Amino acid sequence: MSTVDYSNGDHSNSELLLEVDDLWLEFRTSDGVAKVLNGVSYNVHAGETLAVLGESGSGKSVTAQAIMGIVDMPPGVITGGEIRYHGEDLLKLSDTRRREIRAEGISIIFQDALSSLNPVYTVGFQIGEQLRLRRGMSRKEAQKRAIELLDMVKIPNAKGRVKQYPHEFSGGMRQRAMIAMSLALDPEVLIADEPTTALDVTVQAQIMDLLKEIQVERQMGLILITHDLGVVAEVADKIAVMYAGRIVERAAATELYRMPGHPYTLALMDSMPRLDQRGQTLNTIKGLPPSLLNIPPGCPFAPRCPRAQDICTVELPESKDLGLGRTSACHFAEELVNRV
Amino acid sequence: MSEAIQSDATPGGGESIIEVRDLVKHFPVQVGILFKRTVGHVKAVDGVSFDLKRGETLGVVGESGCGKSTLAQVLMRLVPQTSGSATFEGRDIFKMRGSELRKLRRSIQIVLQDPYTSLNPRMTVGDIVGEPFEIHPEVAPKASRRQKVQDLLDVVGLNPEHINRYPHQFSGGQRQRIGIARALALRPQVIICDEPVSALDVSIQAQVMNLLGDLQDEFGLSYMFIAHDLGVVRHLSDRVAVMYLGKVVEIGTETEIYEHPTHPYTQALLSAVPVPDPSLRGQRQVIRLEGDVPSPVDPPSGCRFRTRCWKAQDLCAEEQPELISRLGGHDSACHFAEERQVVP
Repeated sequence: MSTVDYSNGDHSNSELLLEVDDLWLEFRTSDGVAKVLNGVSYNVHAGETLAVLGESGSGKSVTAQAIMGIVDMPPGVITGGEIRYHGEDLLKLSDTRRREIRAEGISIIFQDALSSLNPVYTVGFQIGEQLRLRRGMSRKEAQKRAIELLDMVKIPNAKGRVKQYPHEFSGGMRQRAMIAMSLALDPEVLIADEPTTALDVTVQAQIMDLLKEIQVERQMGLILITHDLGVVAEVADKIAVMYAGRIVERAAATELYRMPGHPYTLALMDSMPRLDQRGQTLNTIKGLPPSLLNIPPGCPFAPRCPRAQDICTVELPESKDLGLGRTSACHFAEELVNRV
Repeated sequence: MSEAIQSDATPGGGESIIEVRDLVKHFPVQVGILFKRTVGHVKAVDGVSFDLKRGETLGVVGESGCGKSTLAQVLMRLVPQTSGSATFEGRDIFKMRGSELRKLRRSIQIVLQDPYTSLNPRMTVGDIVGEPFEIHPEVAPKASRRQKVQDLLDVVGLNPEHINRYPHQFSGGQRQRIGIARALALRPQVIICDEPVSALDVSIQAQVMNLLGDLQDEFGLSYMFIAHDLGVVRHLSDRVAVMYLGKVVEIGTETEIYEHPTHPYTQALLSAVPVPDPSLRGQRQVIRLEGDVPSPVDPPSGCRFRTRCWKAQDLCAEEQPELISRLGGHDSACHFAEERQVVP
């Protein structure tokens, strides 16, 4: 039993590690051009947790894949923007240099740990692989380090477990092994793409605690991609909300929950069944997200928005600066934030 | 925070439609290719008793592997039970044969979790929703079926003109609606919902939950609502059963379980759910369970939760706690039941 105390700090003065700047990406398919990212910008500083919140198809995972350079190209094409790591544009680098950064600078863990692990190698071998390749360790040294890493992510009996195969691990332990693997080369930025979505709540809580603990200890930048408003509220310093390939709102976590500045964020919060509340009818967001093959003119959320006016279906709202690091891409953002 | 609108009252004053007593389902674990040898049993459901009352929603929560889906499959007679009994309107479900069994199958329907795999991609929506009428032709004469299917689509909020479309032309939420229309076709009295919204996005999930609530009012349905999301379960349920390793550890009304939980596992489960309010960070006492759920092949002696329980004492290893009323309130299977408020 413990009291969870995740610091919710302002990290804007610490070192800027990673910056996505006005990123545009599309998939050219036989059905047409899907405009998946339409000018996405966010950044993460050392020791900071950025949560990227959005529903399926909002582009939150594709942004992460673009950062890692693992989007299939073709059909994917980056049509604009930069991804800067320590000021260096990743999109202009050679493959070799990119690999280096992917190994030592930025690391990623995925939702489904079972399909991210190779079933025919032992967990220890897979964790040690990068150490052998990058650090020139011998098999023995790599194994030893793998045991330490498994120990660090609190897998009991790490010495025995290191020789086991992924199928011998439970879901929670597989995700721990993935975390151990992603931390093997001490990355500065860790991207966690829905790390706990496939897990039960009690295990989810363990994994989030672990991630947070490691982050604070190493002062890593953490990008947490999720659709779960609860998880975000417990760990994020700042939040970027995505809809149809755009960031519609950006704010410090406490601010965003206190007073959402975009109708989509507001609607998301209202439609979530909460543990501490009961009631007959949930507020819903009518309709569906737009098809990315054919995003309507104006604000992409307008067809589902209860506040939509004539201007919303004609003019695409710019991302407005609302002060205190807040932005919102809504024509009526000021009204929303200043409402009582 | 808006106050509760829903009343606690169970319509009909509590006449049971399904009664389950000491239900057990063990799956044999076998080795060998030609000569199979049973080396143990997965004790998926191990002595579960509860009542489902007419018109109510009974939520069943628990982590993966606790036996909640197996329980549903046994009640649907999709897999045979190992022992124990279950009655539907007073008649033994497991003894039914022939026409009586067909009638049971009409009365209890199921909505499955994954709307992508539970619909046949090569059948049109009309065929999917109308298939129950092929199997139970007495429900609707052939000539009226198309109209009936269109009515059903309308009831679940789909466009009746989409009757000739295929599942891939619909979104996840719409597909789940198709699954619900299919379950409604035979006018069942009970619908077992096995994780019906867990594959959906938050905004779509709310639409489907509201639909389930509306349909219950309209058709007087009883739901057994299986889910792992405690927020979803609280929203829809009148009563809640909490399962751990094949057993019900606590059962009570929605208020009793969420506001006055007495079993340590229920408390831990509720405590693990993140609260969407950053201002409460650091102020909340949380209970963190260690390790994983033990294997159902070889569950711990005595109380099954004792290996992860912070209250465990020698008694817990020796004696299995009964699921009985403790502290004068609802049923809880803990020797040291004690109320503790965990939901803020």
